[in-house]
Amino acid sequence: MLVPLCMTLWFSFQRYNLLNPFISGFAGVDNYTYLLTDPALWTAMGNTLLLVGWVLAITVVGGTLLAVLFQQEFFGRGIARLLVIAPFFVMPTVSALIWKNMMMHPVNGVLAWLFNLFGFQAVDWFSSLPLTSIILIVSWEWLPFALLILLTAIQSLDDDQVEAARMDGAGPIAIFWFITLPHLKRAISVVIMIEMIFLLTIFAEIFVTTSGGPGLASTNLAYLIYIRALLDFDVGGASAGGVIAIVLANIVAIFLIRTVARHLET
Amino acid sequence: MATLELNNIVKDFAGTQVIKGVDLEVKDREFVVFVGPSGCGKSTLLRMIAGLESVSSGDILIDGQRMNEVGPAERGLSMVFQSYALYPHMSVEDNMGFSLRLAKVPKAERREKVLEAARILQLENLLERKPKALSGGQRQRVAIGRAIVRNPSIFLFDEPLSNLDAALRVQMRIELARLHEELDATMIYVTHDQIEAMTMADKIVVLQGGIVEQVGSPMALYHHPRNRFVAGFIGSPKMNFIDVEVRDARGEGVSVRLPGGGEYLVPVDASGCQAGDTLSLGIRPEHLTLDDNGPLEGEITVIERLGGVTSLYVRCHGEEWILVTDGEVSHRVRDNVRFGFAPARAHLFAEDGLALTHLERHPLVDVERRQNRASTAADVS
Repeated sequence: MLVPLCMTLWFSFQRYNLLNPFISGFAGVDNYTYLLTDPALWTAMGNTLLLVGWVLAITVVGGTLLAVLFQQEFFGRGIARLLVIAPFFVMPTVSALIWKNMMMHPVNGVLAWLFNLFGFQAVDWFSSLPLTSIILIVSWEWLPFALLILLTAIQSLDDDQVEAARMDGAGPIAIFWFITLPHLKRAISVVIMIEMIFLLTIFAEIFVTTSGGPGLASTNLAYLIYIRALLDFDVGGASAGGVIAIVLANIVAIFLIRTVARHLET
Repeated sequence: MATLELNNIVKDFAGTQVIKGVDLEVKDREFVVFVGPSGCGKSTLLRMIAGLESVSSGDILIDGQRMNEVGPAERGLSMVFQSYALYPHMSVEDNMGFSLRLAKVPKAERREKVLEAARILQLENLLERKPKALSGGQRQRVAIGRAIVRNPSIFLFDEPLSNLDAALRVQMRIELARLHEELDATMIYVTHDQIEAMTMADKIVVLQGGIVEQVGSPMALYHHPRNRFVAGFIGSPKMNFIDVEVRDARGEGVSVRLPGGGEYLVPVDASGCQAGDTLSLGIRPEHLTLDDNGPLEGEITVIERLGGVTSLYVRCHGEEWILVTDGEVSHRVRDNVRFGFAPARAHLFAEDGLALTHLERHPLVDVERRQNRASTAADVS
């Protein structure tokens, strides 16, 4: 773990271009100044935050509601639970491809067909709403994870507590708000923490579908580093980006772990 | 201040009848205890009264109003659960005030009512705590407090003391009885512990297999069990049963022959039985006495010394008899002892399990529970 970290740090202070061996030597903080003054970095950071924020919101809210739904008794619940958890087992590249070619394709896609069916104009998802499309795909992948964790958590809710609340005059909404949600608090914070670690580094979905475009509209930090290193061949700049990503991730992690730890204590 | 009436209540669970037609009347301010072995349907019955379980057929009437389709919150009842079912993320005060909060009672009034209940239960110092920081007995009191705050017409208790240790259980038993007097409310209490039933109830309902076996005061159940099941269920150790042959059935009672040859005249209503019939004779261990001239003889197989009393297990004519005697008996295992009993203490059960009615009612049967407590005995006199 230490070796790649140190090498990244080392490279981030070097002039290092894969195509031109004559560009070399110590760069000082040039890589950083260049990167930090580059508007692309801020766009990518903004995109990363939007992506993480929206996917978290969708999966946690959706996961909680679905967990409540799947907790109810209904015919075929076992199969329905299995199906709803299945997307988590599809690898990101494959699911992105499926979404790209079968769901969101402006001509052949299921969504386009549905839009036409109801008389709307088909949307060319990846060119007109690139980041939204990525958010949708990633949410689809991570919703089952959130659901799985929250469903197991909700099953440990004491029936007596719900019944006591019913005796106290709580309707379904009040029970959800005052009993179920507080009970799920821990599980929700665990879901947020784990998801955030993985969502900060989303790459395959972007690579397969939009390639970060159009322009930089769907480029996140991970993808920007990839562009710098392997499309611009600027290892020094990419390493500087990597260091920034590490710092960013750690700041997030410190905050999160502290809040989660506080929840777990009480 | 409420009455409850159950008319032919039936509960079906996927084709199996769990409650098979229960009729019951609970008077205002009465303390009614449901007892029975596990799976007898007592908790289900309580949950049906609470509205947590639907009723397959029959009527539930509270104060004369049919309540079958009314939701649990609107019935004006409150329930104390075996697991306490406190809301773990709320403080004691919020737990107790939750129903009022849902009913949108203003904060000041809510606090006043919670404080009032906390005062009754001595919980004032714990109001800020979370349930996790409380002991079992304190949690139990909070659960009761939550029930009190709603000011219900009937309190329902579902085995509330079974998670407490023995000493605390005794204390809570007395406290619950005191609470019953202080609140003057109707209470229905489910338990499998017959000591709780005997000490707290005005009226005990013995259930078995979804059927009410007998309803009556504790002493009525003890001295005049309606059938063999109630006789065996009430009282500990269990009543001894032995098959006997009827020698003679007359006005003064039924004369039966014990296996050892002794003949006893049990003062019960003799109509319907005749010489030669086989009956089952029941006699409680505490009513058997060691007696060197007694008609029964056997060998001691087990001795259980409890200090105050001693239980002797005696093998007599192929049957195991249990005697509860004085704690000072010096007998040893394998000693032969003779014993007997007062005929009036014996019960006779017909083939179908029903008891033959005693000719004389026991004088303690009509003692009311309130007369057993100092606080109200003063009021009565």
